[in-house]
Amino acid sequence: MSATEFHRPELVCPAGTPAAARAAVDAGADAVYCGLQNATNARNFPGLNFTEEEIAETVDYVHGRGAKILLAVNTFPPAGKFDLWRDAIDLAVRRGIDAVIVADIGVASYASSRYPALRVHLSVQAGASSPEAIRFYCEEFGVKRVVLPRMLTVSEIADIHRQIPCEIEAFVFGNIGMMAEGRCSLTNYATGVSTNMDGICSAAGDVHYDEDRDGNLTVRLGNFVLDRFGCNESAGYPTICKGRYSCAARTEPYYAFEEPVTLNLSALLPDLMRAGVTALKIEGRQRSRAYVKAVVAAFRKAVDDIGSGKEAKLADLIALTEGYRETEGAFRSKTWR
Amino acid sequence: MAQSRPVTVSGARNAPPFLVDIPRRLLSIVPLAVLQPVLDRIASHVARARPRLFARLGPHTDKRYLIDPVDLPFVLVLIPNSARPFLKAYPRNDKVDYDAGIAGRFINLLTMIDASLDGDALFFTRDLRVVGDVEAVVALRNALDDCDGSIVDTITAAFGPLAGPAGLALSAVRRMTAGHRPM
Repeated sequence: MSATEFHRPELVCPAGTPAAARAAVDAGADAVYCGLQNATNARNFPGLNFTEEEIAETVDYVHGRGAKILLAVNTFPPAGKFDLWRDAIDLAVRRGIDAVIVADIGVASYASSRYPALRVHLSVQAGASSPEAIRFYCEEFGVKRVVLPRMLTVSEIADIHRQIPCEIEAFVFGNIGMMAEGRCSLTNYATGVSTNMDGICSAAGDVHYDEDRDGNLTVRLGNFVLDRFGCNESAGYPTICKGRYSCAARTEPYYAFEEPVTLNLSALLPDLMRAGVTALKIEGRQRSRAYVKAVVAAFRKAVDDIGSGKEAKLADLIALTEGYRETEGAFRSKTWR
Repeated sequence: MAQSRPVTVSGARNAPPFLVDIPRRLLSIVPLAVLQPVLDRIASHVARARPRLFARLGPHTDKRYLIDPVDLPFVLVLIPNSARPFLKAYPRNDKVDYDAGIAGRFINLLTMIDASLDGDALFFTRDLRVVGDVEAVVALRNALDDCDGSIVDTITAAFGPLAGPAGLALSAVRRMTAGHRPM
C-alpha cells in the first residue's frame, strides 16, 4: 500500500487498570478502552477495572497526551437491574469519556436519548454482522462505530463497509472465543454466572487447576473437566470453548468449539485498511501491562510503517500468545472453521 | 479453605541457567533468621507505599498466599492485609497452610511483579503454576499489575541503608534478563 492510499487507522488498546491505560498511551495507543468494577462490562474480573476516581485520573492522563478513552458498558442488564448500566452511562458523561461501547438496545437507547452529544459505539457483544442490523443501530441510536464480530472475512468487511453509514472497528490481535459473541451461555450453563449479564467468562472462583506428580495439568470449571495438558504441553485459558472433550462418537479428546490460539492479523493490516476499517482493536483488558506495552508498541510501529509506504515488520509476539499459536481466524478465509 | 503444601514445582524451563543461578546462589545461602527481618520490612513498607494495591484485592486481603520460588530453598507466605501485612519465609520442606499458591522460577516471579513479563504468557507456557483459590490469585496479579512504576523498586527501597546496593543488584538482573521471554 502506498502512502497516498493510506488512511491512518485508530489503534484502540485495552486497559484493565489505570497503569495499563498509561502503558498503552505511552506505547502509542490512539485510544484506550476500559470498564468499571462491576457487571456493566464483559471483563468483570477480580482485581481488574476502574473506580470513578480512577476513570477521572485516567481521562486526564489520556487526554493530556492527545489520545481518547472509551468506556465499555457492553453487557446486558437483567430484568430490574437497569440502574447500574444507567449509572455507568451517566458516569461516562460526567467524567468526559470520549465514547461508550454498548451492546444492549436499552442501554443504547438511554445513552443516545439522554445524551445526544455522547458518541456511541456498538460492541462486538451486540453481534451485529449484517448491514441491515448495523444500519438499524445507526438509525435508531445514532451509533457512530460498529465493532465487528470476529467471524467475517476481509472481503465481507469491505462489502459491509460499502453498505453502512458508520465507522468499522476490527479486532487485530488477542483472544478469540466463541464466534457467537453476546450469545455465549457456556459459562452460565457450567457455573450459573452469565458472561453476557454478569460480565464474567469462566468465573475464576469456579476454576480449579490440579497438577499431578508427572506434571500433567487438569483444568476444571465447576464440575466440568475442560482439558488435561501433558507435562510439556502449552496451556490455554480455562474456558469451555477452548476445552478438549471426548464423547461416544469421538473417544479421542478433541477441540469441540475453538482451540487455544491467539488472533494475529498483522499480515492483513493493509487489507483491513483498504477494506475501510477505521479502527484496529487489540483485545486483552485481562492481560498485564507487559502484554499491553509489547503488543501496542508492535502494532503502532506496523501501522506507522504501512503509513509511510514501508513493509510492516511486526515484532514477534508469539511469546504472548495462548497455546503458543497464532491464527488469522475467519478474516482470511472461512475454511478456518 | 486453607490447603496444604507441598507445591514442589518443576515447570519453569525458559531462562538460561546462568541467569537463574544468580539470585538462587545469593538467596539460597541467606539464613531465614537473617531474611525474615528484611521480609517484615518489605511487607510494612509496601503496605504504606502502595495503599491502592490492597483496595484492588477486595475480599482477598486476608487470604494466605503461598509464593513458591521453585529454585530457592524456601517458600513465602503472604497475607496482604494493609493493617497487618504478613510476609514470612518457611523452609521448603515445612508443612504450610495456604489458600492460594503461585509457583515459578524466582527470576520469572520477579520479572512478572516488575511488570516486565506477562503472567498469562507464563501460565500458557507452564512456567507459572497456580493452585488453590484461583480468584484470589487473579486478584493479586491484577492488583500488583496496577502498581505504577515497579513494585520491585518499592521492595528494594525497604532495604533502608542497603537500598542502594539492592537497587544496583536489581538493575544488573534487569539488564541480564532484558529481552528474556518464556520459551
